[in-house]
Amino acid sequence: MTKFQVNRRTLIKSGAAIGAGLALPTIFTSSARAYLNEPKGDTVVLGFNVPQTGPYADEGLDELRAQELAVQHLNGEGDGGMLNTFSSKVLKGNGILGKKVTFVSGDTQTKSDAARASAKSMIEKDGAIMINGGSSSGVAVAVQGLCQEAGVIFMAGLTHSNDTTGKDKKRNGFRHFFNAYMSGQALAPVLAKAYGSDRRAYHLTADYTWGWTQQESIAKATEAMGWETVNNVLTPLAATDFSSYIAPVLNSGADVLVLNHYGGNMVNSLTNAVQFGLRDKTVNGKQFEIVVPLYSELMAAGAGANVRGVFGSMNWNWQLQDEGSKAFVKSFGEKYGRPPSNSAHTCYVQTLLYADAVERAGTFDPCGVVEALEGFEFDGLGNGPTLYRAEDHQCFKDVLVMKGTENPTNEYDTLEIVEVTPRAQVEYAPDHPMFAGGDLGQCNSGA
Amino acid sequence: MDAIILQILNGLDKGSAYAMIALGLTLIFGTLGVVNFAHGALFMLGAFCAVTLQRLLSLSYTVEDPTQKDFLGNPLKVDTPYIVSWFGDSAGNAILNWSVPLAILFAIPVMLLIGYVMERGLIKHFYKRPHADQILVTFGLAIVIQEIVKYFYGANPIPTPAPDVFRGSVDFGVMIGFAPNEIIYPYWRLVYFFFSAAIIGAVFAFLRFTTFGMVVRAGMADRETVGLLGINIDKRFTIMFGIAAAVAGLAGVMYAPINSPNYHMGMDFLVLSFVVVVVGGMGSLPGAVLAGFLLGVLESFASMNEIKSVLPGIDQIIIYLVAIIILLTRPRGLMGRRGVMEE
Repeated sequence: MTKFQVNRRTLIKSGAAIGAGLALPTIFTSSARAYLNEPKGDTVVLGFNVPQTGPYADEGLDELRAQELAVQHLNGEGDGGMLNTFSSKVLKGNGILGKKVTFVSGDTQTKSDAARASAKSMIEKDGAIMINGGSSSGVAVAVQGLCQEAGVIFMAGLTHSNDTTGKDKKRNGFRHFFNAYMSGQALAPVLAKAYGSDRRAYHLTADYTWGWTQQESIAKATEAMGWETVNNVLTPLAATDFSSYIAPVLNSGADVLVLNHYGGNMVNSLTNAVQFGLRDKTVNGKQFEIVVPLYSELMAAGAGANVRGVFGSMNWNWQLQDEGSKAFVKSFGEKYGRPPSNSAHTCYVQTLLYADAVERAGTFDPCGVVEALEGFEFDGLGNGPTLYRAEDHQCFKDVLVMKGTENPTNEYDTLEIVEVTPRAQVEYAPDHPMFAGGDLGQCNSGA
Repeated sequence: MDAIILQILNGLDKGSAYAMIALGLTLIFGTLGVVNFAHGALFMLGAFCAVTLQRLLSLSYTVEDPTQKDFLGNPLKVDTPYIVSWFGDSAGNAILNWSVPLAILFAIPVMLLIGYVMERGLIKHFYKRPHADQILVTFGLAIVIQEIVKYFYGANPIPTPAPDVFRGSVDFGVMIGFAPNEIIYPYWRLVYFFFSAAIIGAVFAFLRFTTFGMVVRAGMADRETVGLLGINIDKRFTIMFGIAAAVAGLAGVMYAPINSPNYHMGMDFLVLSFVVVVVGGMGSLPGAVLAGFLLGVLESFASMNEIKSVLPGIDQIIIYLVAIIILLTRPRGLMGRRGVMEE
């Protein structure tokens, strides 16, 4: 009979051997699984792709400001902003995985081909490990596709079309911003309450992916409340004067005009509608009303007094009083002297979420980041408890119903929060018909 | 019937802008033989004259109001325009309210000067160069002007409202025997139409009934002979360039309340205005005006639901379709001189 004796020396030796054995597969895997633009030195490069020229240049500038602020906070500069309120506590202000964060920027020009070219350049020439930003759904879908092919993560900026996380969703792409369906679900009950359930709506819709999904979403949601859709007229994206589209509304029997327009289109169509006296009219014994489903602060400022009293929706607004929003508004406001827009907020949050996912995954490998983001639940970033749903990479969170401020007190006081619609009201099944037809596919690390 | 009248009004209104821009383009082409792709930028600069005057009149001093807070929780800085403190609430606010019509007075010298500098500083060097060179240099100039405006004013549209008295709409139908509320039309758009008619009439009267205009018309017909008579026709043509710039600028000033000015609004009108010039007949002033109104009305009719349901997308191509038909069947345009664009 052999006596098995365990002394201190044997235990240490055995422990070391077992530890090395267990660690071996991981070491082997991590060195074997190479991925595109793996950071080699002590820095990591993020790519911020925003409109710097063209009609959305001001919105792009605001996104870039927020992204710069996020980089500062990640590197431990400034007051830390939302890092202090973020429910995940893995980010310590020492960069990402100990590497100092740097960034390059590209100009999308709000054109799909230009946006793809600038993203490609940042990935191939500058070694960007991730692409963030944008101000259009057409651009988001195009850049998301490029990032999927290239093998980097795409953290979308302002993109509101259902298609971005619907038929065009990709495994490497993630959207924090809300979508057209959510706008419809949030707005419809508020509209029914304010204007009644017996309404006839006339839609003017921008003739591209966002316009179509926005119109479908708001029409379905308002019809469910009892409204009737009288007509839907598609307007060219390049249109500047909407008078000939608005004139037929006057005698259509409609008592609500829904403007499924964004940006310059929205500013002009709303201005034209007010000029034609629509808001002074009484139709079917009711006051005529105008609805703008998607608002942005910059566009509301462009429309001036015409937005007063007009309902719409937003992803986030600087007037929110939760701790995360207050921290972000303070950081941004002190640095730039103005409150951030909701596109700035989403780009800032997306940058933090990416960095957090890398820290939790322990790697910049896109497939590891995808895994860390899928199904991730978090709070403290301004929209309440939020889920990055694994099935479609769409964030689910509270949505804001807004109204044009009747008596503004300063230049930023253009919109007021009417309601914070709870997340449960805007959730939908992953296979909802409005989001059907897409497939996330496999993650691509570009190796 | 009411829908048709509404679209005619819309068309005349759109046509007013097309006609004024095309008139300036034709004046420049007819006198100097230059194809000026920077003309849309001049229209945009006119709109920004209205924005600039609005900002100048709104120059303010700031007082902190401790009873109100800004977005960071600091005491709110309240701006009071100097003009209000100098002239009192009622007169000061009235001046601010009428900033767009006042901008006409501001824009005329500014645009004449811009036109003069543009012609003397750049365009005169391209008189004897091919049209392709002229197009390239003036298009480049348009982009430079755009970017300068964007640098100073940003990319976002800037609201520039009409005076309160012209806001809202008029029951146009009642005036022509329709039932109330059938044909409603914005006051300012009617003002714009009559303003453009007055400007176009003034330009024609200037060319027709003044000695200066007679010399210019003679120079347009035969520059060399007029020069041989000892008349400095180049100087007069330079002045005409300034006048063309002023006409485009005035079109822009009065357009500012219709759609909030932005730095690329000139480009939105440029291509359409060139189509208008080609359809009207290169070098023909009455042709430019006629084609401007005609294409404006056609574009409006093409936007009607009844038309779009039969021909989807026709509203986006109608103007170009007409241009193709005109170029194929009558290359010199509706009122162009025989030989121009026909070789």
